[in-house]
Amino acid sequence: MAAAAPPLARAPFDRALWLVVPAAAFMVLLFVYPFLYGLFLSFEPKEALTADNYRRFFSDERLWPTIWTTLRLALPATVLNVFVALPIAYKMRTRSRYQRFVTTVLVIPITLGTVLIAEGMLTYFGPRGWLSQFLQFFHLYDGPIRLTHNYWGVLISLVISGFPFAFLLILSYITGIDPVLARAAATLGANPTAQFRHIYLPLLAPGLAMCFCLAFVQAFSVFPSAVLLGAPAGPTRVISIAAYEAAFEQYDYSLASAIAMIMGFVQLIIVAAVLALRNVFYRGPVVGGKG
Amino acid sequence: MAASGGTIDKRWLDTAWGGLLWGLMAIFVVNIGLMIAAVATSSFARRWLGTWLPEGWTTTWYTAAWKEFQLGDVLWVTVEVVFAVVFLALVIGVPAAYTLARRNFIGKRALMLLFLLPLMVPPITYGIPLATVLYKVHLAGTIWGVILANLIPAAPFVILVMTPFIEQIDANLESAARVFGASTLRMFWHVLVPLLAPGILAASLLVLVRTIALFELTFLTAGPDSQTLVVALYYAVFAAGVRAPQSVDAMAMIYMAVTLVWLLIALRFVNPTQLVSRVKEHPRAA
Repeated sequence: MAAAAPPLARAPFDRALWLVVPAAAFMVLLFVYPFLYGLFLSFEPKEALTADNYRRFFSDERLWPTIWTTLRLALPATVLNVFVALPIAYKMRTRSRYQRFVTTVLVIPITLGTVLIAEGMLTYFGPRGWLSQFLQFFHLYDGPIRLTHNYWGVLISLVISGFPFAFLLILSYITGIDPVLARAAATLGANPTAQFRHIYLPLLAPGLAMCFCLAFVQAFSVFPSAVLLGAPAGPTRVISIAAYEAAFEQYDYSLASAIAMIMGFVQLIIVAAVLALRNVFYRGPVVGGKG
Repeated sequence: MAASGGTIDKRWLDTAWGGLLWGLMAIFVVNIGLMIAAVATSSFARRWLGTWLPEGWTTTWYTAAWKEFQLGDVLWVTVEVVFAVVFLALVIGVPAAYTLARRNFIGKRALMLLFLLPLMVPPITYGIPLATVLYKVHLAGTIWGVILANLIPAAPFVILVMTPFIEQIDANLESAARVFGASTLRMFWHVLVPLLAPGILAASLLVLVRTIALFELTFLTAGPDSQTLVVALYYAVFAAGVRAPQSVDAMAMIYMAVTLVWLLIALRFVNPTQLVSRVKEHPRAA
């Protein structure tokens, strides 16, 4: 019957849509379903639906401060990464040999991953590493250097892995802005500072907000470096360590899911705050200035 | 007078500012370089305690690390996982990217969001519930569990890299193929795939490099027989007190070599910024 109908009488089901089905099904099965499963599990420490896990999290001295510990690492790291990366990326916005070189060098820490960075830092920043020897040799600082197994070690590792990420992301946003706009402003007498302030910054605002969110998400989920470089029992007991311990050391999947949900929720608040802040600074189309 | 004084001040300020930025960059890059050099030196050191350079050189740590950490098996698992992830991500992702690039349909924005979310949520948040589910269906601890877990960020990444790539291919070419009577399959195979080849190559290399370095999801789902290199390295560093640090460093060097080879290959075909971006945050307005 369907074949007999004239093809143009009504829009037939577009068969190309089938192509998206495997991907969508995969994501639902392996991303959405586990997420919802975890959400339900977090409310079911026993048979009935209760909020016990959440109450336990916020009353346990070993659990709720992890939120604060994580934020204390993630927020400074993200702010530092994004706002140092911004001027440097701005300086390198024009295509040049430098740009190619710097981007290539910076991509290395990203691909090496956090675990390798941790191992490198333990060797290099350690009490008998090259940095410490260098500082003592030139008598720049004679005391013992404590940059590993504490807060600073983790913060440095977050900068090492996060800064290149923020830089490359901002650079890709900046190079997407048509330089003709800045040149037009220059013919009207805008100096470089004014060009940045009135042309680039407003057009970059959405990209910057995006970059901040992505960089924050990475820093907030800090795990390997907090264990290897930090003091996972105390000052750098971040929330992902708490979640991991609940799941794989106490086998309390229900509590672990609850912690994962809290983690997602805290992160969502920060992301929402950043996006709201962006709207204060910038209202308009989000497409880069090529239109 | 005052005006010229102002310009000189300003020029000086500009130079200082530029110098500061270059200085920061140089400090960053030099320290990273030294950090890698320190690991390399240590991996060849016979004994290295608090001096500039070790007392003697040796390559025995590499053979020791190879045996101690069963690197042969670990490397083979890594190869299996990474190539399976790249292959499956392409098979799932490219067709989906095609539809998203070419068609407008109800629910497209929601679908885009579904593909974006896994890249915006930290792996630990969904990794823990995912590991729980995988344990329930007895996939956790197996190589398939690791592959499935790694596909969650990989498949959306392929979609997000490929969608803008497909958008720039002229749709008229497809119409022309249709006019001459090509079926969808033949059109896909003879027209689209050749045109897409550079994009597919770029996407697969990017996924490959990212998957080698992806720690959390593998860590949460792997069993003793399904560890990839990065997870094995984590355990080696974690239990560092037990083993000679040089042996751990030798393993780190092997891991670095594996990653860097692929990174160098990848950088021949893609722009470094593509490793992190091309995440189009806003689907094109319909």
